[in-house]
Amino acid sequence: MEALYAATVGVLTACGIYLVLRGRTFPVIMGLTLLSHAVNLFLFATGRLALRAPAVIGQSETYTDPLPQALVLTAIVIGFAMTAFVVVLALKAAVELRNDHVDGVDPDEDWRP
Amino acid sequence: MTHLPVLPILIPLIAGALLVLLYDLPLWLQRVVSIASTLSLLGLALALGSMIGEAGHLVYALGSWAPPFGIVLVPDRLSVLMLTLTAVLALFAVIYASRNDDEAGAHFHALFQFQLMGLNGAFLTGDLFNLFVFFEVLLIASYALLLHGGGPARSRAGLHYVILNLIGSALFIIAVGILYGVTGTLNMADLAVRISEAPPADLPLIQAASLIFLVVFGVKAALLPLLFWLPRAYTVAAAPVAALFAIMTKVGVYAMLRVFPLVFALDTALVNTLAWQWLWPLALATLALGGIGVLGATSLRNMTAYMVIVSAGTLMATLALGSTQAIAAGLFYLVHSTLMTAAFFLFADLIARQRGEAGDHMVVASAMKDRRTLGILFFFGAAAFAGLPPFSGFVSKIWILESSWAEGASGSLWPILLGAGLLMLIALSRAGSKFFWRQSGERPHELRADRVRFGVVCVMLLTSVALSIQAQPLMDYLTATAASLQAPGQYVETVMNTTRSLKEAH
Repeated sequence: MEALYAATVGVLTACGIYLVLRGRTFPVIMGLTLLSHAVNLFLFATGRLALRAPAVIGQSETYTDPLPQALVLTAIVIGFAMTAFVVVLALKAAVELRNDHVDGVDPDEDWRP
Repeated sequence: MTHLPVLPILIPLIAGALLVLLYDLPLWLQRVVSIASTLSLLGLALALGSMIGEAGHLVYALGSWAPPFGIVLVPDRLSVLMLTLTAVLALFAVIYASRNDDEAGAHFHALFQFQLMGLNGAFLTGDLFNLFVFFEVLLIASYALLLHGGGPARSRAGLHYVILNLIGSALFIIAVGILYGVTGTLNMADLAVRISEAPPADLPLIQAASLIFLVVFGVKAALLPLLFWLPRAYTVAAAPVAALFAIMTKVGVYAMLRVFPLVFALDTALVNTLAWQWLWPLALATLALGGIGVLGATSLRNMTAYMVIVSAGTLMATLALGSTQAIAAGLFYLVHSTLMTAAFFLFADLIARQRGEAGDHMVVASAMKDRRTLGILFFFGAAAFAGLPPFSGFVSKIWILESSWAEGASGSLWPILLGAGLLMLIALSRAGSKFFWRQSGERPHELRADRVRFGVVCVMLLTSVALSIQAQPLMDYLTATAASLQAPGQYVETVMNTTRSLKEAH
């Protein structure tokens, strides 16, 4: 299970980094989303992976560390809000700069308003 | 237990929340609330300073939850220094903004207060994840403040700034996650103990985490490969926002100074940690690049943005030396450079307002109405900034040079530092002669400088003189700060004692 989990986090991170390095804002935002997914999964795994062990004492023989789950929750909330913000900002920039490139300049088009 | 340590976070939070909820308050009332809150922060910072007293530490367990399980606030000398500096800077910025810069967009004062809350929280907290949360609070407020006033240039710079900082935040959590996975704690004092006792098999992971922290804090502090977002963002931001942002690079430096000596260097010397060894060459390169940038800048705001980079490079190079004397000199330079860069952002705005279309670009334009007063002010400001006597820049540079001599690092630091200083002086005198001596023959502008704005800039430049007059008492305080940073055992001891006394109380 560890190997599968680690591979998932790794693939998500690699895809996220590839997309973040793209030139248009939409792939970059998708990349940020994948990256934050990978981070959340990673953070979850820092409490060690365990089966049939809820994060509540007394429910079963063993229990897992509840703290990473609280941290992931915080990270999800912040990540979700920031994704919403960056989508709106990218739309605003696309309208004002008349293109959706991260540098605000379209290299293929020499068009100016 | 007194609740004073948490107030620097609560007051801006309450003020900001009030300003959001009562958004249709008349603007003058919003200004009063915002200025009053900022003023009270200054008082609080000074009160905290007298509270920490000789011990130098104070532990406040939120909700009386014992560390390492609960979150603690640990105000110490360094926190108090940063809190005071932030409050002073914010007071100047908010008064300047209240002359009508705050009308350019909605919720300026609310965002300003949230930014202060994030800054104060980051300076006070003794918990690594909590540091991340406060970083996010101050960043989210800064995203919106950077866009204050709108326009394509700000959207473009804002997009870079937001995306880069989001990636930085992701890295921050990864590093925090690694440390938690290895040690099972997030309290910085507890982390320090567990890392010093960690088995050798865990060391590669811990060092990887420490280098990720260097990258994360380097993004904020403008360390060389991570600084290219800064000049554009600081150039386009509204003047009072740019002035407040002068403290933002220093937050990165603060985080380095808080995390590395405490968490990673409990049982070794600071200079032996892996991150600190990387810091030295990168900081020198940052300094050199900043010097070149200053010379190539096309507007006064742009030039000031590169001066922020010069100051960040100088500061980190000094801290990388690692001795008590060097860290104290670096902290003095931190205070000086924050106030001076902020003053110059405001001053550039003052000049731009009198030059019509030309703004603060380095082109010949028709004469300014107040060219004499502004010219004299520019002369003194440039002298203060570039580090000529009798201003604080001179005092701090002498100390930096002296401490690097003592460390045997003068061969590499002196030429770069002095060279960057010379480049700054050349760039400033070129800007001054273009703004004040060469004028086109057109009719001069009739707009006078706003009295309050002018006064704010004057007082900020005067703080430089005050700093050099009060240099010795301040330096004594900073030496004590640096000494306690280098002996993190005391900090750890205080936090652990709190655990014991809280357990006994239950």
